[in-house]
Amino acid sequence: MSKMTYAEAIREAMRLKMKEDPNVFIFGEDVGAFGGCFGVTGDLIKQFGEDRVRDTPISEGAIIGTAVGAAATGLKPIAELMFIDFVTVGMDQLVNQAAKMRYMFGGKIALPMVVRLPAGAGISAAAQHSQSLEAWLTHVPGLKVVYPSTPQDAFGLMLSAIDDDNPVMFVEHKALYSYADEVDLNAKPIPLGKADIKRTGKDLTIIATGKMVHEALAAAKTLEAEGMDIEVLDPRSLYPLDKKAIMDSVKKTNRVLIVTEEVKRGGYGGELSAMIAEEAFESLDAPIVRIGALNTPIPFSPSLEEFVIPNALDIVNAIRKMK
Amino acid sequence: MNLSSSKITEMYKTMVTIRKFETRAKELFAAGRMKGFVHLYIGEEAVAAGACANLNPDDFITSTHRGHGHIIAKGGDLKFMMAELYGKSTGYCKGKGGSMHIADATKGILGANGIVGAGHNIAVGAGLSAKYRGTKQVCICFFGDGSTNQGTFHESLNLASVWKLPVVFVAENNLYGISMNQSRHQAVKDISDRAVAYNIPGVTVDGNDVFAVSEAVQEAVKRARAGQGPTLLECKTYRHRGHFEGDPATYRSTEEFKDWMEKDPIPRIEKFILENKVLSETEMKALNDSVETELDNAVDFAEKSEWPSLNSVVEDIYTDIVEEVKIR
Repeated sequence: MSKMTYAEAIREAMRLKMKEDPNVFIFGEDVGAFGGCFGVTGDLIKQFGEDRVRDTPISEGAIIGTAVGAAATGLKPIAELMFIDFVTVGMDQLVNQAAKMRYMFGGKIALPMVVRLPAGAGISAAAQHSQSLEAWLTHVPGLKVVYPSTPQDAFGLMLSAIDDDNPVMFVEHKALYSYADEVDLNAKPIPLGKADIKRTGKDLTIIATGKMVHEALAAAKTLEAEGMDIEVLDPRSLYPLDKKAIMDSVKKTNRVLIVTEEVKRGGYGGELSAMIAEEAFESLDAPIVRIGALNTPIPFSPSLEEFVIPNALDIVNAIRKMK
Repeated sequence: MNLSSSKITEMYKTMVTIRKFETRAKELFAAGRMKGFVHLYIGEEAVAAGACANLNPDDFITSTHRGHGHIIAKGGDLKFMMAELYGKSTGYCKGKGGSMHIADATKGILGANGIVGAGHNIAVGAGLSAKYRGTKQVCICFFGDGSTNQGTFHESLNLASVWKLPVVFVAENNLYGISMNQSRHQAVKDISDRAVAYNIPGVTVDGNDVFAVSEAVQEAVKRARAGQGPTLLECKTYRHRGHFEGDPATYRSTEEFKDWMEKDPIPRIEKFILENKVLSETEMKALNDSVETELDNAVDFAEKSEWPSLNSVVEDIYTDIVEEVKIR
């Protein structure tokens, strides 16, 4: 075990896989000597050279499309987009090409590719550099979507994402990059589609993703003092989704609060909520509560940004109302 | 030009096969045997045939919505193509793709594509892959004049040039982006002029002259295999049919149409073949008859094939996940 940041954990997983397999390579804007906009690729270029840690022009469509062509012809690309917001520029390549090629071609092609997508607010980066767009991606059959909340999960999920033969959207929360924790670099890969109970409890389940996992844990701690025993479940992988873990938890606690950082309207929290309502309604003792960001673009001003994004206090207040 | 008789015959056979395949597709579509959209390649055969004559089996191509010709020229199987046009389970894509999405990775065919301009990026990826793996493979990226106004065109030519990738960009300038004449959709007359912006060779040839196409592609492929990077080759051609079957193409003048029918690439190569005694008339007829027989078999195969099972609808989305089929 060693203490490392979320960013370092992602880097170490990539390093491990690049050492194992010469067909794994990284490319994207400023990933080489610059080390990545958020420093995630760091020193990898020194170890693997500029062909395997490859800088690209500012051409997001070409980055994703090139990954598709490379993956279809025997390589295992890891494409970095500087911000998830820029996926809009390459959306055709992702949605109409990467996600659909295998299906359209009758299963005769595989696309083992990872697209790294730094998401989330909290650094005053304003409306075009702060979004949480994971629900757009989960809507598209053909893509897998993962979203780690801890360094260990980031490490284990990245190993699986690189090994996967399908396009995996690897959502990273940029406010978590500097978050440090113990990481076991000898740990086995975390299979995609396996949730993790971050805190065990019996009175209520909070389902949270990304940075909201930490807000949920803080809320659970506050409510513990008030005698509530809260379970915090992190799906870690949005598709495939560990439905069984969610249903087991709901059946145990009979109360659910879902918190995601996305704009609430049309967010993945709505999908989780609908799934629980459709399939476990009889287990519920109270209506499902869903918390998300306000339905606004992410504002620049720190005070406005903080107001828009859910936090531990919002969760605590919502749970108090559920009693 | 320095082509062997067998190479000329091979290119001619490819052109005839494309023409006859497309003619069958036209008739079968009109008869209601196949649904959806069918974009025919009739009139443009010399481009695919001349270009692919320079490729090895392990080289790549990316194609377009008007893709049947490219796929045939790269060795696509007529039975599986026809069955796919019908939407049958035996088709190239098990009936999930249809006319616009035929692919055969085993032959380097990285797919027809329903999005105009999407093949450019994929071709760059295949080119990068060849270079990265240290093979001598090349990728021909086929696209129409309409797609050269997409951002992907610029992004891909720039990237292929800056990384010196083995990609040959073959613009099939058939003068129309759907209904819009080239003079109205771009300010350049020769698409190859745009090569200057990427510091790569830009060449324009008569796309209805299979020998001119072949010669230019040969040079571009040689350059690509030698690690000297991409070429932008423009082939001026014309589609005899509308954009899709059902489009009466009223946006084209009768004079223009007549003029281009005079330049039909198939009578041109036939004249050459007979004049130069590459084939006798009897041999030419035998070749045509054999293609007809192959197509009879392909249509018969498609007609007799089964529709896909309903359970197959959830297969092939992922390599490892099959969603449950739910009765709604």
